[in-house]
Parts: sequence; structure tokens; C-alpha cells
Amino acid sequence: MAGGFTGAIALRDQQGATQQGGTGSSVAKAGMNTFLDVLATIGRALLDACRVAGAIAIFGATGLSHLVRPPFYGRLFFRAMAEIGYFSLPVVALTAIFTGMVLALQSYTGFARFSAESAIASLVVLSVTRELGPVLAGLMVAGRIGASFAAELGTMRVTDQIDALSTLSTNPMKYLVAPRLLAGVIALPLLVVVADILGVMGGFIVATLKLGFVPELYVQNTLNFMQTQDVVSGLAKAAVFGFIITLMGCYQGYNSRGGAEGVGAATTNAVVSASILILAFDYLLTELFFSR
Amino acid sequence: MTPPENDGVPRIRMRGVRKAFGDKVVLDGVDLDVPTGTSLVVIGGSGSGKSVLIKCILGLIDADAGSIEIDGRDLMTMERAEREAARARIGMLFQNGALFDSLPVWENVAFGLLARNHLSRAKARELAADYLAQVGLAASVGELSPSELSGGMQKRVALARAIAAQPDILFFDEPTTGLDPIMGAVIDGLIVDCVKRLGSTAVAITHDMASARRIGDAAAMLYQGRIIWHGPAEDLMHSGSPEVDQFTHGRREGPISMALRR
Repeated sequence: MAGGFTGAIALRDQQGATQQGGTGSSVAKAGMNTFLDVLATIGRALLDACRVAGAIAIFGATGLSHLVRPPFYGRLFFRAMAEIGYFSLPVVALTAIFTGMVLALQSYTGFARFSAESAIASLVVLSVTRELGPVLAGLMVAGRIGASFAAELGTMRVTDQIDALSTLSTNPMKYLVAPRLLAGVIALPLLVVVADILGVMGGFIVATLKLGFVPELYVQNTLNFMQTQDVVSGLAKAAVFGFIITLMGCYQGYNSRGGAEGVGAATTNAVVSASILILAFDYLLTELFFSR
Repeated sequence: MTPPENDGVPRIRMRGVRKAFGDKVVLDGVDLDVPTGTSLVVIGGSGSGKSVLIKCILGLIDADAGSIEIDGRDLMTMERAEREAARARIGMLFQNGALFDSLPVWENVAFGLLARNHLSRAKARELAADYLAQVGLAASVGELSPSELSGGMQKRVALARAIAAQPDILFFDEPTTGLDPIMGAVIDGLIVDCVKRLGSTAVAITHDMASARRIGDAAAMLYQGRIIWHGPAEDLMHSGSPEVDQFTHGRREGPISMALRR
């Protein structure tokens, strides 16, 4: 890629050098130069993207490698578990329950046209366990925890606290990053279990109290259509999303520069990048689990 | 932790240390010796690379070239474990204290002890109270959060944390910045006492000339990436170097151009 990029610039310089004396073709050559400038810009952006992706991969691998080498910081792990799992519970619970309610209501509107109202229970349970539970929980936690980790580590970076850890015989990656990564991988699937239950319950509430479904029949339909693979795939996605959220929060915060402005930028970048990666990995994992 | 015998070898020796950030050369061949048991003060303008110099010795920043020796052993060619061991002999007081917000004061002070010596938390809390007493703070301060302390108290806690592991080498990054003159003098007195009591070698960087004369046995000035003057601290105000004289007397006119100080 670098070779192509360099080649494009060399070609542009050559074009510039041979331009002298040319009159009729000068407009075409200017156009070619503009085209090469655009290519060079794209090349630069791609190289930057590769560099950042590599840096994030090395950061994540380094963080994970500290999980298998002592000392271990159990207290920090449990603190991160509480922050990700326990304190995110209200926002994830509310998101899940309202999503289940809306899903039941919207699908009833559509299915009623084909006299397929009985499929609502299966649609709700399938959508919530496979997709909406992990993705919505992931996005909510990305907003809460990704931002929080980036702000905390970013502030530690700009106030020299991370350097201070190094001078006190403590590896900052082991102390700050590894416990958070592990907590993210474990806590998010637990949150998604709760989100799955509440999402289905939201559908049940609307279906039985508003749409007139028989409660026993709705529950029976839900249980009939709920499959282990759907739930497990949702939890596996949640574990990956948990890793992505904590990785992006830690990476952006750990590498923040430039005082308050840098910390603000790190926080924004952590949330945006984690959200986009969650959606991208959701597709990749769905492809992996369900493509035939 | 017994420092190695060094037979006249300086505790810290830097030769040709160079560090650039992109196009900007911050250290351009720094040569500096700090004999064992002495205190060196490094002065220089803002952005002259004083903090980078200390961070290079601490290994927080990798120098691009040159050698940094502690007791004759080059840190830059050491194995990682050996470098970690050498680093454990160094205590550091950061400019803003760099106390850990999420931990109470006593745990800040005992952090290095807990990390290195695997003490029980009860024992570490006792030791933290001792070190707080050494910097003139009551044991009850240990229960507070760093955010509940004044700037002067934060500096004292940071000093207690720096000396807790009884280091052979102590670094002080602008220890009196942001403090009133009386509190500055108190902190300087504590630094001198601690360094004497531990028998440590100390390097302090500062803009504060009163502080420099109180802390230092020797002084050096960093300008344009090099040490341009090195001599006894009492000679700072009449060094004979136009750059040092301009800096120490705070004159607008002189060889140091503001345009050069980016």
C-alpha cells in the first residue's frame, strides 16, 4: 500500500516535471494531478487507519497477556465488574423492556395485515436474544462505560498518575487495563441475560395487557421458539462487545494527550469507535453463527 | 535495599543523551554527572526539556541516543528485569503530585510498599502513618481523599509516597510550583531533610531560584537541549554565564530570546 502511495506521488512529480512547455494538454495534466492528490489523501488515510488498528491490536494483546501473569489485581477486577455490570443495570433494563414493548406493538401492526399475530411471541424472543439484547446493551454500556474508562484513564494520563504507577513498580497495563478487559468480557453477557429476560417480558406485557393475547399461550409460544443457539450466540456477541467497549475506553484514555481537550476527545472517540465496532462485529458474528 | 558500592563513579551519568519529538529536538546531547549523595538542581525555561530529561532517566520516555548510567550501568542496554530493579531504587515527586484520586491518602503513600513488599494492608497503613508524620501530617490525613487536601498537603503526601520505599535516588519535578512562598520553603525544608536522612542522591528541576539554592548542592542549566552551565548552587546568581544570569535574575533583555523559547 505504501509503495502504491509513494508511486502515485512520484508519478505526480514526474507529471509536474514534464509539464513545462506543454500547452494543449495542461488542463488534462492538472486534472491528473488532482486525481493523484485525491489518491494520495486516500492512501494516507488508509495507512493511518492501518497504523491505528495495529496499535489497538497490540494494546489489546498486551492487556490480555497480563491476565495470565501475576500479580493479579482482584479488587480492581471486582470494582470494574460492579461499574460495568451493577451500575449499568438500570439503563440496560429500561432499554430492554421498552424495546420488547415496542417490538410487540410494531410487529402486531404488521402481522395483523397477514393474520399472523400468533408469530409475535417468536419474533420478540428471536429478535431480543439474537440481536437486540446484545446490541442495545452493548451500545448503552459503550456510552456509559467506554466514556467513563476513557475519561478516568485520560485524566490519569494528563495528570502523570500513569507515569507515577510506573515509578512505583506497577505496570499500568496490568493495573489499569487487564482487570477492566476481563470485567468487560464477563459482565456484559451477564447484563445481556437480564436484557433478554426483560425484553421478552416487555413484549409479554404489551401482548397480554394491550393486545389481548392469552398469557399462558404467549409464554408457551415464547418457550417453543426460544432456542439455545439463539441465546448462546447473543451471549457470545455480548462477550465480544464487552471486550471492544473496555478496549476502546482504555486505549483512548491511556493514549490521550493535551490536557482537558485531549481527555474530552478521548472520551468521544471511545464511545464513537466502540459503537461502530459493535455494529460491525455484530454483522461479522451473525455471519459466523448463522450463515449457511 | 543497599546501593552498590561505586568507587567514585557518579550515581547518575548521562552522556550525549538526545531526544526529539518529530522535528523538535528537545535534548541535543546532554552530558551530566550527579555524584553519589549530592543534590543537583536543573534550571531552564519552560519547554526546555527538563521534565523530558528526568523522564528519560526514569525510563518513562526512551532516549533516541546516548547513555544513561546509574552506578556505572547503562540503563539503555540493560535487560528489562534489571532496568525494573534499577527503577525501583528511584523515588519521584511529580510536579502536580500525581496522587491517585481513587485511593485514600494512606494507600497512596503505601502504594509502592504494597506493590514491592507484599505487606498486609494493616501493616502498610501503619507505615503510611509513619511516613505522613515525617512530612508533618497527622495520621488522620491518611483517611482523606487526595481531592480533600490543599496543594501544599498534596505535595507533602506525594513526598511521603516518594520516600516510602527509601530510594537511593530521588527526583523532584518543580516541587514548589503553585505553592505560596512559605509553603514552598516548608516543602524545600522537608526535601532537604528527607534527602539527608535517606542519604539519597537527588535531582530537582525548578524555575524557583530560592528553591534551587535551598535544595541544591550543585546546579546546571539546560538551554536549547544542552547543559550550558554546571557549578555550585551558591554560584547560581553570579555564574558568569550570560544565559544563566539572565534566567536567574529574570531579565527580559539578554541572550535568551523569547522567540527561541517555543
